[in-house]
Amino acid sequence: MSAPSSTVTSDFIKNLGRLYGTYTGAFLGFIVLIAVLEQFGVPNKILGYLFVFFTLAVYAVIGVMTRTAQLSEYYVAGRRVPAFYNGMATGADWMSAASFVGMGGSLFLLGYDGIAWVLGWTGGYVLVSVLIGPYLRKFGAYTVPDFMAFRFGGNFARFVAVIVLVCCSFTYVTAQIYGTGLIASRFLGMQFELAVFAGLVGILLCAMLGGMRAVTWTQIAQYIVLIVAYLTPIVILSSKKYGIPIPELTYGQAIADITAREQEMLRTGLATVANLKPHIQPFINYSQLNFFGIIFCMMVGTASLPHILMRYFTTPSVREARESVAWSLLFIFLLYFSAPAYAAFSKLEVYTNIIGSNVGNLKPWLFTWGELGLISICGKPAASADAVVAACQAVAGHGGVVRLQDFVINTDVIVLSTPEIAGLPYVISGLVAAGGLAAALSTADGLLLAIANALSHDIYYKMIDPNAPTMRRLTVARVLLFFVAVGAAATAATKPSDILAMVGWAFSLAMAGNFPALVMGVWWKRTTPMGAIAGMIAGFGLCVFYLVTTRYFPGAGVAYFGMTSLINPMTGVPLVDIAKAMALPNAMESWPTLAHPMANKVGWFDLNNINCGLLGMPLGFAVIYVVSLMDKEPPAEMQAYVDEIRKPRGRTVLEEKT
Amino acid sequence: MTQPDTPANQEAHWNKTTRLMLTHLGVWFFFGYFIHFFVRDLNAFIIPVLGFPFGFYMAAQGSLIAFVVMLFMFAKQQDKIDRDHGYAEDE
Repeated sequence: MSAPSSTVTSDFIKNLGRLYGTYTGAFLGFIVLIAVLEQFGVPNKILGYLFVFFTLAVYAVIGVMTRTAQLSEYYVAGRRVPAFYNGMATGADWMSAASFVGMGGSLFLLGYDGIAWVLGWTGGYVLVSVLIGPYLRKFGAYTVPDFMAFRFGGNFARFVAVIVLVCCSFTYVTAQIYGTGLIASRFLGMQFELAVFAGLVGILLCAMLGGMRAVTWTQIAQYIVLIVAYLTPIVILSSKKYGIPIPELTYGQAIADITAREQEMLRTGLATVANLKPHIQPFINYSQLNFFGIIFCMMVGTASLPHILMRYFTTPSVREARESVAWSLLFIFLLYFSAPAYAAFSKLEVYTNIIGSNVGNLKPWLFTWGELGLISICGKPAASADAVVAACQAVAGHGGVVRLQDFVINTDVIVLSTPEIAGLPYVISGLVAAGGLAAALSTADGLLLAIANALSHDIYYKMIDPNAPTMRRLTVARVLLFFVAVGAAATAATKPSDILAMVGWAFSLAMAGNFPALVMGVWWKRTTPMGAIAGMIAGFGLCVFYLVTTRYFPGAGVAYFGMTSLINPMTGVPLVDIAKAMALPNAMESWPTLAHPMANKVGWFDLNNINCGLLGMPLGFAVIYVVSLMDKEPPAEMQAYVDEIRKPRGRTVLEEKT
Repeated sequence: MTQPDTPANQEAHWNKTTRLMLTHLGVWFFFGYFIHFFVRDLNAFIIPVLGFPFGFYMAAQGSLIAFVVMLFMFAKQQDKIDRDHGYAEDE
């Protein structure tokens, strides 16, 4: 079967441009069709369903058509994905619900300080290309733990790497499924918990059948949907407001308008100095340490996340792996440099159309989000016009006009509701929902695949049953994938935290566990297995300890580990009065909800727990260095292998039998 | 031009690779961190016509553009080093 299938594949690769070009054209035509249907009075709910089901069906069809039962196709897409297309697939793999749904909202809320995320999630690709990615491609692994096992003496290193991989990917995938549930519950009117599991079916269809190969070709399709969906509303807004359809250039004006409006709100009493955070003023939401900490952790985390690194295993050559990193960042950049524009345009709309308007005159779209508890006015969810009026009347001295402090919006809502905020037709809302779904699904696919591969390839095949036949390995991969996905969906249904924080944790965990060992493994031949394993355990352990203690055992952190309250960067005052909080009956409670007075609010050196990698990674490097020097030098054979990894030419170091 | 796979050639190749790595990390540090230390001062300058405060602009767009350009350059430069030492893959 190999000869005909390989000619079919090379034809397929040659025709990629035409295939995806036609697909993009069809998608644009579909948007126009929906817009026409809307003009004929088809109800919004039906339009939403059409968008979601049409796009899901396309992903499923691609997934089924490109399914595979060949090992190298399943794990690394046959190493045939051209740099340009791999860049696009990586873009979709990378841009998750956090980028699409969460980031615009955070920029809206945090202003300049939110840009830490934008910087952190782009600059990391420099590290991927310069320090790690191409070398792992040359090595020829199927998974990141494969490299750790080979370089660091076998299955114990493999096992530690699998634990790191599963922890960070699981945290990350939970956030994606949460995002899927949010979109499905809003646009399809499903119950949140049910919507989470419905989204799951879509994810599994692609990843389960065809492994890396199917995921790659669906991710490219998903990238096209998500980028069109993200850019369309702000391009329209930009042309409407400033007459130029390039929002990235015109939002400078929007920022100036926001600053002017902020002053006006202060003058007219709609906002006070205490509750208004000027959009462009730096370091009022994050201290300088935490601002630069987030940038650093997200960058280094990028270069340590297995589901991203493994995308560069699929290119035909090391050279193309490097080019592919550049293409990836270009495609990611298109969304990221637009996100601050998104935030600015929606903020301007909210500041001018909602703040200062009469509580009785609010637009009805607000209440659909209020019903889900995501928008509150006067301290109560804005579920209906009457509820808002009643809530505001209950506030002493309320003048009947919405003030800045009355309006609370969940950050995850901003991007999804921007078309409605700006009064655009519903077709745009449906498009944005489809885009958000594409972003969440594509990342979830990549993550679940990384987890399933680690469990089936590294644990089952390499550690439990090295003689397992191909079909059984793939079956094990699919069964495990199913259970991991259901587990993540069950976790997501409990709404553990907001999307951005969950994703931030995943990056810090990956950074502390993987980065030192990966970098030292390639760049320092003297690194020994004992050093690397000790470094991974120490760095990852410290990061997990800090994260879990500050989030789930804050009382114990204060009582036994000398943690203190984090500082409010705007006022310089501690976030919680520790003496008072420790006197409360629930001070020492374990596994509390986010409502606990100290949860996520204590720590060392005023360090936010998103930045726990900042503690773990340096420790990891130090331990690897010291322990390796105490250990005896790695054998000449291993050092020769490291030399091989450093030279693009020649065969891969690891040759998998298929 | 092909060179023999000798230890000396290998070392020269790796030294150049390391130097390129350090250069790019330097530029990365400049655009990722250094310039943003001075955001308050840079914000005093407003970009003409566009209206962005300069410090804000660098964080939101300027540094990102620099990263993209750097990566395309790096791919070219590293490939040249590989070719010069005969370690590039066949096309």
